[in-house]
Amino acid sequence: MDEMDEIVHEFLVESYENLDQLDQDLVALESDPSSRALLSSIFRTVHTIKGTSGFLGFGNLEKVSHVGESLLSELRDGERVMDPQVADVLLALVDTLRAILAKVEAGAGDDVDVETMVAQIVAVQEGAAPAEGPASEEPVAVAPAAEDPAPLEPDAVVLPQPEPERAEAHAPVAPAAVEPAPVQAPPEPAAPASTVPAPKHEEIELPGRNAADGSIRVDVDLLDSLVRQVGELVLVRNQFDRIAGAGEDQETKRSAQRLSLIASELQEGVMRTRMQPIEHVWSKMPRIVRDLAKMLGREVRVEMTGGDTELDRSLLEAVKDPLTHLVRNAVDHGIEAPDQRRAVGKVSQGLVSLRAYHSNGQVVVEITDDGAGIDPEKVGRSAVSKGLRSANEIAAMSSSEVLDLLFLPGFSTAAKVTNVSGRGVGMDVVRTNIEAIGGSVDVESSVGKGTTWRMRIPLTLAIMPALTVTCCGSVYAIPQVSLLELVALGGQDTRIEHVGTAPVFRLRGTLLPLVSLAEVLDLAPESAGRVIAVVEADDQRFGVIVDRVLNMEEIVVKGLASRLKQIGMYSGATVLGDGGVALILDLPAIARRVLSTEIAELAKVRRQTTVQAAKATHQVLVVAAGDRRVAIPLSAVTRLERIRTDRIEQVGTREVLQYRGALVPLVRLDRVLGAVGGPTGDELDVVVYTRGGRSIAMAVSEILDIVEDDARLHSDIDDHGLVGSTVLDQRVTELLDVRSAVRAADAGFFDDDPDDPDDPDGLADRAAFDDDLLAGVR
Amino acid sequence: MSTRLVTFTLGDRLCGIPVDRVQEVLPSRPRTRVPLAPDDVAGLVNLRGQVVLTVDLRRRLGMPAHDGEQMMAVVFVGDETVSLLVDRIGDVLVVDEDQFELPPQTLSEALRAVILGTYKLSGQLLLALDVDAVAS
Repeated sequence: MDEMDEIVHEFLVESYENLDQLDQDLVALESDPSSRALLSSIFRTVHTIKGTSGFLGFGNLEKVSHVGESLLSELRDGERVMDPQVADVLLALVDTLRAILAKVEAGAGDDVDVETMVAQIVAVQEGAAPAEGPASEEPVAVAPAAEDPAPLEPDAVVLPQPEPERAEAHAPVAPAAVEPAPVQAPPEPAAPASTVPAPKHEEIELPGRNAADGSIRVDVDLLDSLVRQVGELVLVRNQFDRIAGAGEDQETKRSAQRLSLIASELQEGVMRTRMQPIEHVWSKMPRIVRDLAKMLGREVRVEMTGGDTELDRSLLEAVKDPLTHLVRNAVDHGIEAPDQRRAVGKVSQGLVSLRAYHSNGQVVVEITDDGAGIDPEKVGRSAVSKGLRSANEIAAMSSSEVLDLLFLPGFSTAAKVTNVSGRGVGMDVVRTNIEAIGGSVDVESSVGKGTTWRMRIPLTLAIMPALTVTCCGSVYAIPQVSLLELVALGGQDTRIEHVGTAPVFRLRGTLLPLVSLAEVLDLAPESAGRVIAVVEADDQRFGVIVDRVLNMEEIVVKGLASRLKQIGMYSGATVLGDGGVALILDLPAIARRVLSTEIAELAKVRRQTTVQAAKATHQVLVVAAGDRRVAIPLSAVTRLERIRTDRIEQVGTREVLQYRGALVPLVRLDRVLGAVGGPTGDELDVVVYTRGGRSIAMAVSEILDIVEDDARLHSDIDDHGLVGSTVLDQRVTELLDVRSAVRAADAGFFDDDPDDPDDPDGLADRAAFDDDLLAGVR
Repeated sequence: MSTRLVTFTLGDRLCGIPVDRVQEVLPSRPRTRVPLAPDDVAGLVNLRGQVVLTVDLRRRLGMPAHDGEQMMAVVFVGDETVSLLVDRIGDVLVVDEDQFELPPQTLSEALRAVILGTYKLSGQLLLALDVDAVAS
């Protein structure tokens, strides 16, 4: 009996997975009805369920999947064309199968009424006789696309890439498409003919479906306990490191080093086993969107990129609901009705795109729609009428701050409440859920063009880099995601000043509000704090005064007892190398609680800067200018050229260059920067920057490299022609102030309209441009 | 029906908790204080890599603080483990249901909230602690 249970269990797990895949395949099939690979895959899934359920004695399950299979075989063999009606009935079939499986799982057998489902399928089968029905009814325009199921010539279809398959199928097959039935009438005999190449084709088309080789199923509990144990190992490692570091014995030190290395690798490996592509969650979205769009009378297409981006499974689980909510919201509130869309000159089919990518040790998930966008004014009015903010407060807010109000509890802009979203719960729950796992969510929208919701999620929950600090004799951990920099107090220029009673610190000319950790935690300070940890959390930048900074280390995050979670200051605890316990500070919560309103204004990070700083790495071109190394943002590089110096002419005091039939002002970077030893020889490397039809050329001594510039390493040495400096390839590199360099060559270069359509980089916009250069410096 | 209780003392009081709720008994160890936590939270301890909340039972029961070494009784509360700070661990006693009585009205409010009742032992009363109430 036990053995039987196990078989049933395996069957359930496998079938659920297959059904998820089926959902996806069916929706994909609707937009690409000719895909033989998809059809075969769908057919196989249902066939497998049918076979196994027969073997296991689930008669009803077998019955309904059998009927489904026969409908699918008609599709597969080209006797029937995929149309919305067929899609509906097939999706309903998937739901029925799922319902039966759920019942089986609950131990109630498969005693479900399947007659309705069977009748539906049979009705579809009979309602439209193979081939002729759809062929005569379908509008002509659809015919070629929908009716070339290509199985006519199985051999012609067997191509490795889907593109050529369709291209080829379209042209020659289209005219013949009206009569696929006769050709394909004996499908069975035809099939063997294509057996040899066909499987190959499918393997290429659908990688990962036969993942059985090379992978095994592992119980999640086992993985979780492995992760826990590795966590312990890391702690012991840290402890051992400390002991070995304090001692003299070289042998011990070497062992410690090796242990450290192995533990790190092991940790990484084990963490990876828990990583799953975000696709696991996404795969449900096309179906959700399809059903919802249908219900609301919208036309919506889903596009997904970066589905292979991996996340710890516990996080994936936590992201699921917020993601679903945002996607539903995008369809419900974002995408307009088709006629509305056409009225404003958009294609009637809306687009919801999901994008996931890694950035800064976090996973960013974006949900973008090309719908109506969110009108900040409407949001503002709504906030006022709901009493969430006063009209004056709204007036003083930037539009991105106004949009942020959407995340307030009890906010809903929907004119009418639908049963899909807009019940006034939602965005605040989304934010709470995402923040609960140490992530953040924000929204950007442009009226008429669409909306982007952006979630940032930590890669893994269990282990994260953090800074350990002391305050009043205890150790606290500050997660690195929130940490911007450290400032030591005590020097002459590093004094704490006050605005009213609120302490502030002058950080490179801007006032940084301060909170004393001792005061926040209501502790009696033994001495004045000596270090400011500059942090950014919940869109606010502020300094936390602590006594001492200990270490940057990987900490293993442990959950807190529910009683302590309620305090709202700690997001968890960790065990330190010396065996002590440290609390992990929940900085977003602290920001919200502690920053008094007037000082919170100071802390508000300008949205533009946040966005820029978030993608802290920018690509820069590194060049030599005399004896200086200078970085130029890649956005200010249109082309790199090597020119002969005899193409340079003197116009008055200036040099110009004959370039592409025009005279282009030339500026020698070494001269702008006052560097020693400019370029010599009869050839010259120049960086050409073109904008709105105007170009300038910057002459450099040598073009060195294109590298990622981590804005967090910036410091702002202010020198002529520079906006700061950074460390690239372990060498100090100066950041070129492109504007002033450009002005040196062509004073009128930036005089045009800042909204110049030829200026896709927005470089003409002073603020955007400087933010680009200065991200992280400020 | 008899129950096995792990007993311990708090001042001159004898208390007990069901043996199957107790994971282990340990000498007390260094704790990390939790600022802003409720009064009876004594801090966090590292129990073989797990971070465990420690409740000061004396405070919880409204008794004066103890000066001197205490012991920790680590108990299961739902999915969590919580350590209870007690003065001294005693024997495991088998008590019978007919020795049980509901807490007397004279007991202080703080005490009554965390006590299920008393077992009348010969010469002494044993307070049966409500582990779930104590730890939450």
